[in-house]
Amino acid sequence: MAELKRTPLYDEHLTLGAKMVDFAGWEMPIEYSGITNEHLSVRNNCGLFDVSHMGEIFISGPDSEAYIQKLVTGDVTKIVDNQIMYTMMCYEHGGIVDDLLVYKFNQENYLLVVNASNTLKDYEWIVKHCDDYRVVIQDKSVKYGQVALQGPNAEKILQQFTTYELSSLKYFYFDLFKVCDEDCLVSRTGYTGEDGFEIYSSRESIVKIWRALINAGALPVGLGARDTLRFEAGMPLYGNEISESISPLEAGLGYFVKLDTDFIGKEALLKQKEEGLKRKLVGLELQRKGICRHGYPVFNLEEIEIGVITTGYLLPERELCVALALINSEEAVLGNDVLVNIRNKLFEAKVINKKFLNKNK
Amino acid sequence: MKVLEGLYYSKEHEWVRVEGNKAYIGITDFATHSLGDIVYVELPELDAELAKNDVLGVVESVKAASDVYTPVSGVVVEVNEALADQPELLNEDPYTNYLAVLELTNESELEELMNSTEYEAFCENQ
Repeated sequence: MAELKRTPLYDEHLTLGAKMVDFAGWEMPIEYSGITNEHLSVRNNCGLFDVSHMGEIFISGPDSEAYIQKLVTGDVTKIVDNQIMYTMMCYEHGGIVDDLLVYKFNQENYLLVVNASNTLKDYEWIVKHCDDYRVVIQDKSVKYGQVALQGPNAEKILQQFTTYELSSLKYFYFDLFKVCDEDCLVSRTGYTGEDGFEIYSSRESIVKIWRALINAGALPVGLGARDTLRFEAGMPLYGNEISESISPLEAGLGYFVKLDTDFIGKEALLKQKEEGLKRKLVGLELQRKGICRHGYPVFNLEEIEIGVITTGYLLPERELCVALALINSEEAVLGNDVLVNIRNKLFEAKVINKKFLNKNK
Repeated sequence: MKVLEGLYYSKEHEWVRVEGNKAYIGITDFATHSLGDIVYVELPELDAELAKNDVLGVVESVKAASDVYTPVSGVVVEVNEALADQPELLNEDPYTNYLAVLELTNESELEELMNSTEYEAFCENQ
């Protein structure tokens, strides 16, 4: 096995007593004080995540806008300088290469932030399709550290370390300014369903920033709670809700697909739309206590298999046994009753809205 | 890590406390620490006849489900119902909160388990 990669914050994690795991070839913290505690701290106060493993691919040159437009499902011409777009890259067959954030510096300079597990694949995909476009593509992932500060008190905590007026930074915008006297790119984005920031800086600077934010009261949060938080907020994870064999339309991400633009995979998605979707991603709520895990099969009441669980949890402190599942469209109706096979026992479940965060909150 | 004297221990991190011909079975402090926050416990059926290494129950943390195997053969005469509503009891006090009580059908199996000193040494090499 190849040696695991480490982020610049590796030593910090060990000092904080984190449990470390192999995630996509990276040695990452799964939890520090416990997933439930970390999850709740992000919902009620403020948590800090090491996300230095994410990939940063820069695209520059006169044809940058046109080239990115061809790569992604969204309409990159609709965002202004310093704005960010959540979008996806698709294969010709409509499956997903990756989901990503596009940061626009200006029409000739963009930053694509991609999943750690897909960085190399994405880079190769992007390079492979650049044809005659006048662009320069650079994977600078190893040069940057990145942390995510998330939760209702994120602004208050970060403001202590910068003179930049953070209240003026709108959701899905970014700017370049100093944090702890270090040059940073800061965006008002995140993967938790809470307000917050993602901070990019050099490998050296990110350690200083991490320590400052922890000392100011942000709780370190590992990948365990990162997954429960994004799941509770109804956000997809590559490899679970979206993948090479699942299209954005099936995953319920049609809002991020602009079929009036031209991009790789558009024909396949148009065809899917015309013919009607065979599968859809839905929320499920178990009618009695149990936990649906990724890969568990889903059946209709006639016990015919209709799909599969993509992610499921017993949500921290909410006693809510919920899951995301990709199931046949005819069964994907709110209020419909289905069955989930949990270790060879069938559990009744109801199709519900997949934004669990809003439920009973 | 906490290890109690007077209990038997398995390599899969279960403990056994023997009272007469009854065996209280739970999971160790080492096990609950490596699992993290436990949020769901599946207990065996009463009167079930279990052979050594059969699945006694399932303990689920936020992240994953783990089978618990019985280190001894026996008939299930009691289950700890409290764990159904308060699975976190396993994190809080793993040696008080057994999963189930078995009536032993083969007491000689106890001899194959570790005592507290042996188990402590075993955990250090994990």
